[in-house]
Amino acid sequence: MSTIDLVIKGGQLPDGRKADIAIAGEQIVDVSDSFAGQASRSIDAKGCIVLPGLVDLHTHLREPGREDAETVRSGSRAGAKGGFTALSAMANTSPVADTAGVVEQVYRLGQETGLLDVFPIGAVTQGLEGKTLSEIGAMADSVAQVRVFSDDGHCVSDPLVMRRALEYIKKFGGVIAQHAQDPRMTVGSQMNEGIVSSRLGLKGWPAVAEEAIIARDVLLADHVQSRLHICHLTTAGGVEIIRWAKARGINVTAEVTPHHLLLTDDLASSYDPIYKVNPPLRTEADVHALREALADGTIDIVATDHAPHPLEDKECEWQEAAFGMLGLETALSIVQKTMVDTGLMKWEVVADRMSHAPARIGGYVHQGEKVAAGSLANLTVINPTKSWTVDRDLVLSNSSNTPYHGHELPGLILHTFFKGKQTMNNGTVADKESM
Amino acid sequence: MRHLLSIADISKAEAISILDTAHELARVSDGAVKKLPTLRGRTIVNLFAEDSTRTRISFEAAAKRLSADVINFSAKGSSVSKGESLKDTAMTLQAMGADAVVIRHSASGAAQRLADSQWMSGSVINAGDGTHEHPSQALLDAFTIRKHLSLGKSDLEGLSVAIVGDVLHSRVVRSNVLLLSKLGAKVTLVAPPTLVPVGVESWPCTVSYDFDAVIPFVDVVMMLRVQQERMTDFYFPNAREYSRYFGLNIDRMKSMKPESIVMHPGPMNRGLEISAEVADSARSVITEQVTNGVSVRMAILYVLLTGGALETGSN
Repeated sequence: MSTIDLVIKGGQLPDGRKADIAIAGEQIVDVSDSFAGQASRSIDAKGCIVLPGLVDLHTHLREPGREDAETVRSGSRAGAKGGFTALSAMANTSPVADTAGVVEQVYRLGQETGLLDVFPIGAVTQGLEGKTLSEIGAMADSVAQVRVFSDDGHCVSDPLVMRRALEYIKKFGGVIAQHAQDPRMTVGSQMNEGIVSSRLGLKGWPAVAEEAIIARDVLLADHVQSRLHICHLTTAGGVEIIRWAKARGINVTAEVTPHHLLLTDDLASSYDPIYKVNPPLRTEADVHALREALADGTIDIVATDHAPHPLEDKECEWQEAAFGMLGLETALSIVQKTMVDTGLMKWEVVADRMSHAPARIGGYVHQGEKVAAGSLANLTVINPTKSWTVDRDLVLSNSSNTPYHGHELPGLILHTFFKGKQTMNNGTVADKESM
Repeated sequence: MRHLLSIADISKAEAISILDTAHELARVSDGAVKKLPTLRGRTIVNLFAEDSTRTRISFEAAAKRLSADVINFSAKGSSVSKGESLKDTAMTLQAMGADAVVIRHSASGAAQRLADSQWMSGSVINAGDGTHEHPSQALLDAFTIRKHLSLGKSDLEGLSVAIVGDVLHSRVVRSNVLLLSKLGAKVTLVAPPTLVPVGVESWPCTVSYDFDAVIPFVDVVMMLRVQQERMTDFYFPNAREYSRYFGLNIDRMKSMKPESIVMHPGPMNRGLEISAEVADSARSVITEQVTNGVSVRMAILYVLLTGGALETGSN
């Protein structure tokens, strides 16, 4: 056996077994009850869960174009702090990631930062305008090897464009990640349409505007035998459609965000745009349906939809404010709070929903591997018995628009390892020089 | 009470105390000298980030009758229309030493944002925010109804009120449903189904699509303005059909109860939601609403800025 660089001792694997994990170079070389050999360094993980490094399929890194809100580097740091070893950079940058040049730039910035893998997502249509397909092949064949395509922020609403996109990506083994929002039904929409919006006088964003697109697109995916992923599912009705589609054998996957597992539309009563997000926060009944669906696998993954915005875009009237909230640094704690501590999911399922499954959907090689000998050492160590208080002034993101400021959350992430290197140690993210 | 943002925030007792104070202050307005020295040296800013001549001059008259200094800050030609943020505007007003800000804004919740922020410390009075609320309008409507119909009682127990028109986009209706039901009235909303919000079932009122079935049984018919832009967004086929089902004309008025009254918050579209004959009829209390508006807004300023109601004077 080669020189052991690190042993993580006494932690609990996702399946509940206690084990020592020995790492040499970039790899896990041994997982056993008790590691007896010599190692350069050892970490005590007693009382902690050791998860495969988290993989986010939906991140807004804002670079190029809005580096004041986030950069690949600041987003990578926030990701490492939140236990992530891979992020997926959404295409709605400026310029839009609709050419090989832009996706290669984002990919390269991720590599240079080196804290985790940054997988660029390519735009489905040029300029996210929903009219002309972007250079899907060029992006797929680029260094960035793009496989996930999305106009996120915009819906590919034209059914013919959506059909063609679903067909065309089959050549590249790709997937279309749809932001399901009928644009005509949501002109000027501000929040979930229902009791709370009726009282607040804020224009409604009806559940049916999401569900109608999901229903249409699972039928399209079935018809052309392609692969569809539904971004940020938020409604009980959407869950039913996905459940139906999966039962029919349609090749569809779906994600839910941490905030839609916890927060509800009545938070808009404060008119504080920190709660303004697209798709909007829904009702308590929707939250429960989403939790159940995530637990039973109808919803495949948790994805953050981490959406940084500068202060001035949130410090204003609700209807003037930008949509979106931070997610990377709080995602695992929110999932523990809503799914694990409620008894709905075991850690083994958390590992699937936040690592194995998103890596599989994205086609991300060497991400989302089991915590086992031979896997790349991408690992996240969390102490589920400790809690912490979110402080927006301490986030590593360039923006501070977290809806959880002042909230006490369960689960303290102690260590993140990316390819055997420690990227985060007790809340401190490594600089490149120290890695 | 420090702010007046929404009727939902005030109790029945507080509402009645404002109405009683307005009643006392109305006597001042009726006198030869219309001014009270109460707010001398205090500064009230009318921050109107949306056009509204009648509400602004009503608040201005109210403040002046209480001897306050009034600064008008309106959208046209001001920094608000140049894209200055609400925050910067608020901090400017704070720096000028505004004791109260009367705000009209096209964004729902703008008044609450101002009050909840640390941007300024004065009282905030919501003079209409987007499609959310217009609490001073509801208070003046309740004042007017009470004056005509409550027969000396302090609340509106036992009265029936129909509010007719574009419920979906109306801030007047949201404040009125809350206030009139709080005061004991039974409220029925009458509107085409397209102009009733999803979620209305949670409101303390009933909904009808049939004006003719409602009108013979109510003590008050309150008509709402129909905005021109509703014509083009599929809410109803055309103005004529809207008028036919939801307009108040002479024929419909004939089926009203003998003592019942007709109200409208203005500005009216004569010939659309209300015919000229009805607007100018003996049942119409529309101009009286305007008069009462000044007394009620005096009462609001009085209660917020002096910290208490005006005691009912002995005769």
